[in-house]
Amino acid sequence: MTTISEIKQQIKDSSARTVVENTLKLAKDNDSYHALLNLTEERALKLADEVDAGKITGKLAGVPFVVKDNFLAFGAPTTAASKMLENFDAPLQATAVEKLEAEGAICIGKANLDAFAHGGSTENSAFGPTKNAYDTTRVAGGSSGGSAVITALNVVPFALGSDTGGSIRQPASFNGVVGIKPTYGTVSRFGVVAMASSTDCIGLFATNAADTELVLSIMAGKDERDMTTLPNFFEIKPQAKPNQKIGVIKEFMAEGVNEEVKAAVNDYIEKLKANGHTVEEVSLPMTEYALAIYYILVPAELSSNLARYDGIRYGHRAEGIKTLAELYGKTRDEGFVTENKRRIMIGSYVLSSGYFDAYYLQAQKVRTLLINQFNKLFEQYDMLIGPVSPTTAFKIGENINDPVKMYLMDIMTVPVSLAGLPAISVPCGKDKSGLTIGVQLMGPRCSDADLLALAREMESK
Amino acid sequence: MYLMTQITRDDVLHLAQLSSLDLNDSEIDGLQTDLGNIIGYVDKLGELDTTGVEPTYQVTGLKNIWRDDTIINYGVTREELLARAPETTDFQVKVPKVL
Repeated sequence: MTTISEIKQQIKDSSARTVVENTLKLAKDNDSYHALLNLTEERALKLADEVDAGKITGKLAGVPFVVKDNFLAFGAPTTAASKMLENFDAPLQATAVEKLEAEGAICIGKANLDAFAHGGSTENSAFGPTKNAYDTTRVAGGSSGGSAVITALNVVPFALGSDTGGSIRQPASFNGVVGIKPTYGTVSRFGVVAMASSTDCIGLFATNAADTELVLSIMAGKDERDMTTLPNFFEIKPQAKPNQKIGVIKEFMAEGVNEEVKAAVNDYIEKLKANGHTVEEVSLPMTEYALAIYYILVPAELSSNLARYDGIRYGHRAEGIKTLAELYGKTRDEGFVTENKRRIMIGSYVLSSGYFDAYYLQAQKVRTLLINQFNKLFEQYDMLIGPVSPTTAFKIGENINDPVKMYLMDIMTVPVSLAGLPAISVPCGKDKSGLTIGVQLMGPRCSDADLLALAREMESK
Repeated sequence: MYLMTQITRDDVLHLAQLSSLDLNDSEIDGLQTDLGNIIGYVDKLGELDTTGVEPTYQVTGLKNIWRDDTIINYGVTREELLARAPETTDFQVKVPKVL
């Protein structure tokens, strides 16, 4: 698969312009997957020429990448895969994008997602679903489906995504690439369309752990424009810690999880053991409640965050309107997809007077219980392991009419999101149909570099 | 507290109003079913006794952070922002009559 060092060698052997031109051509050749919504061709070529002229230098000089289209980035509209922002031209760029550009990386396009990142299959995009890199009748996963597929197709060596409850890890698992959701607060969210502020995280997809480490090391760090960012703690570890104690969460390997998924995860566990690590079964009983916590808190937060899309200052505005109330209502009806509406209305429900204590407050309390269970496990274990998703990529259309069934696919990705912990999805095998399976490594706060170092060590085994 | 939830058509209309969504008639039935199922699922948190448990509102591990009350220049002009508004007049955003 394409790596950053290979691309850098190609740039050295030819030019950044040649590499970017080839990348754009490859992106167009793979158009049928619908991984990208727009290319940023003109701007990308201009930046490539500046790299070739020596005006732009850095660790990623000339290396092409893709952003999920909920990152404000120049060169094409930032749509969030919605009618609401279909023609929205960003006036500034996300901090993460600015930091990568400062190291010379070149954004070549904007990847498809579930509208406003609401979903786990990319089927909720207002512009049509992205197809799985291994089987075009199946979903890409989501919400960062386009970013995962464009990386899996070797068009770019890395792509940015956002992960609120699994939106990087699950599509990484479905498309056989590495995906990281860092510790909450690692990467600035400034300039990224907000969903649920207490769990939204910026991360990325790459084809291997070392590239993931390199890109994350560039994006990580404090940003005055995002008050939740942590002082930079991320430092690449030359080697993984030897003889680690790893807990396999038994609730993640229970009934309802596909047998082939479990077998692939068990193979990875055997490999860990063969390399001197200890793996023991542990219990995270709150797993059963994590999804219910998530589908109270996240709708509550996003219903507030999405109140800003009102047709007044930017974005879509409904036509033929007489009153202000009508303008809000029609604009939002036209600009949001059904899943956006469901979640906004659930948010309104759990926050409304009379229900607040029973749902929102209760969920925040149960969240504390979940976090306590994680903390207790990390007193004894270096990290935890389990599958990313209960299944491999499902068929397009299979779950779309049953929101609860779709939400249940997130059961193993939301727990760490609620606790703000880092987790990565690493390819660990395929099922008999050739669909990829990911294993999830989860660690305590700020253990991101340890997770990636272990993944890197295991890649060579 | 365990709530046995039923979402009525009126509930859907009320929630749509709270959410500033003018739903099409065709969407209302589907949403009534979906919202009922989702709320029915999340109701399971009511089984748990959380007496004495503190809620977790944020997971940064950060305490209050103060900064100087100074203006940060984002490098974006008023003209650039107004250019993104659907309708403007006299250098301001234009909206329909409120009353």
